[in-house]
Amino acid sequence: MNWITNYVRPRINSIFSRRETPDNLWTKCTECGTMLFHREVSDNLNVCTSCNHHMAITPRDRFEALFDGGVFTEVDVPMPIADPLQFRDQKKYPDRMKAAQKATGEDDAMLVARGEIGRTPIIAAAQDFSFMGGSMGMYVGNAIIAAAEEAVKLKRPLILFSAAGGARMQEGILSLMQMPRTTVAIQMLKEAKLPYIVVLTHPTTGGVTASYAMLGDVHIAEPNALICFAGPRVIEQTIREQLPEGFQRAEYLLDHGMLDRVTSRTKMREELIAICRMLLGMTPPVAGDLPAPDPEDASAAPDTPAVDAPTT
Amino acid sequence: MTQYMEFEKPLAEIEGKAEELRAMARQGEDMDVSAEAATLDTKAKAMLEELYANLTPWRKCQVARHPERPHCADYLKAMFTEYTPLAGDRNFADDHAVMGGLARFNDMPVVVIGHEKGNDTKSRIDRNFGMARPEGYRKATRLMDLAGRFGLPVITLVDTAGAYPGKGAEERGQSEAIARATEKCLQIGVPLISVIIGEGGSGGAVAFATANRVAMLEHSIYSVISPEGCASILWKDSEKMREAAEALRLTAQDLKQLGVTDRIIPEPLGGAHRDWVATIDAVRKEIAAILVELGDMDGPALIADRRKKFLDLGSKGLAA
Repeated sequence: MNWITNYVRPRINSIFSRRETPDNLWTKCTECGTMLFHREVSDNLNVCTSCNHHMAITPRDRFEALFDGGVFTEVDVPMPIADPLQFRDQKKYPDRMKAAQKATGEDDAMLVARGEIGRTPIIAAAQDFSFMGGSMGMYVGNAIIAAAEEAVKLKRPLILFSAAGGARMQEGILSLMQMPRTTVAIQMLKEAKLPYIVVLTHPTTGGVTASYAMLGDVHIAEPNALICFAGPRVIEQTIREQLPEGFQRAEYLLDHGMLDRVTSRTKMREELIAICRMLLGMTPPVAGDLPAPDPEDASAAPDTPAVDAPTT
Repeated sequence: MTQYMEFEKPLAEIEGKAEELRAMARQGEDMDVSAEAATLDTKAKAMLEELYANLTPWRKCQVARHPERPHCADYLKAMFTEYTPLAGDRNFADDHAVMGGLARFNDMPVVVIGHEKGNDTKSRIDRNFGMARPEGYRKATRLMDLAGRFGLPVITLVDTAGAYPGKGAEERGQSEAIARATEKCLQIGVPLISVIIGEGGSGGAVAFATANRVAMLEHSIYSVISPEGCASILWKDSEKMREAAEALRLTAQDLKQLGVTDRIIPEPLGGAHRDWVATIDAVRKEIAAILVELGDMDGPALIADRRKKFLDLGSKGLAA
């Protein structure tokens, strides 16, 4: 022990947020290894400018790029009871939750928002893979129900970005019960004749794929996203053979008829606007960058005839 | 001859001895062993009672998976009349892991669907050990739709380790097939009753068990993942399945407390495999009672009931 090891960092340092002086101005592409300038990558929505690899993006960053002028209003999600099973593996579940909440700054693995894209009012929900693998527990179920109810209330389409390893084991059977639960939410949308578009991002697996992620009116995936029920490792262990190149990747699923489209993240917004507007019988979208809608409340925009459009 | 599970070893010894005594007596040696054998029997019964009074979750998994437990085909034979299998998904194949068709339950026409694991090497391979492929779920969806249109109650018997993790199954849309079956469960305007007779494995079970009423046999299990799978992911050691089984709360008793299952059907002493007749009879009585209970509801009410049940799930925890 000497004074160097005992040295305590001056408190003032923590006042400046890390973002102002990022210690990593460079990001390494997880696929091709190219060093990329951090801002360049985030401007390109975390898509590698060199190899087009789609790296993970948080729901908040995605929404900022998706909504007109980056403006959106969060939709409240009711908090479920914490740790219903008093689950404990090597760590206690509440401790894992706290760590994930601290690391991400979010309540749980899904963010729901309302706003406009290309002047088209929508509800969006995005799953956060960085929060315990995006796993589907009661909160995610509540979020999808809240999103569907909001969409039905405001007569807007729902766009859902999925990303999850599957169900949240720490909630046991109650996570499994989110499969029928979220299916009920999707039925509400269908009965209200509102479009439900799923954007499947890397990775979407397990119980998530086997419920709300595969019940969309339109399924779009990001390039090379892993989309499956049972993961490749489990299958290789079961059938004891090597799986073909690209198995269970977005392009492979497109070939096998499970998806409508595979679309690059940088072109996704335009495509979502086009599809939503056509399904709702609205006029063609206005091209170009739109300013943010009226700051008061993006959700209150009453102008668009979402469901006055002919339905059949 | 019963197959004993590991935790039943001391019991196997006693029952074995009693059996031996009787065999000796049968061989004609004029000895009266009945008294001795009876003592052993009493001892065995006491031990059985003690063992089964407090089965740990992992032991329950073993009982639920016991190969001599009555399977779907056995229930079909004993509990229904005029069982008329209907095959195929009209797309690709007929999945033998899923049995289903028309039948009469107490003379009432119903649609019955269930997972069948098989009971010897040949039938197990034919049934793919009860692990359905997309065709199985699509067949179930088709049959539920049929039931809905003709106003027939649906009875599903769940007994699967889970949906089959295979190359072809994935290519043909395993997840979509499960999602559609779950969706269909929620859409039909007829009573849908599900009984978990052995293993309720994850999404493969949900696709059949999104029902108005879910009943579970006393020693059956229902879980998001197998204890072995959970152990290898969370403990990084698949040998920790005992701990995982404990943590997952997969027993009928815990699930009743959580509101996931509505009823527990008692099993004969020593598990369903020791007395098929009594087990199947208990299941029959329970289904009949539930049918009466749901009898007053019309189509829309049944759909609303199912929806509410699953929307409300998860408001209860074990702490409460």
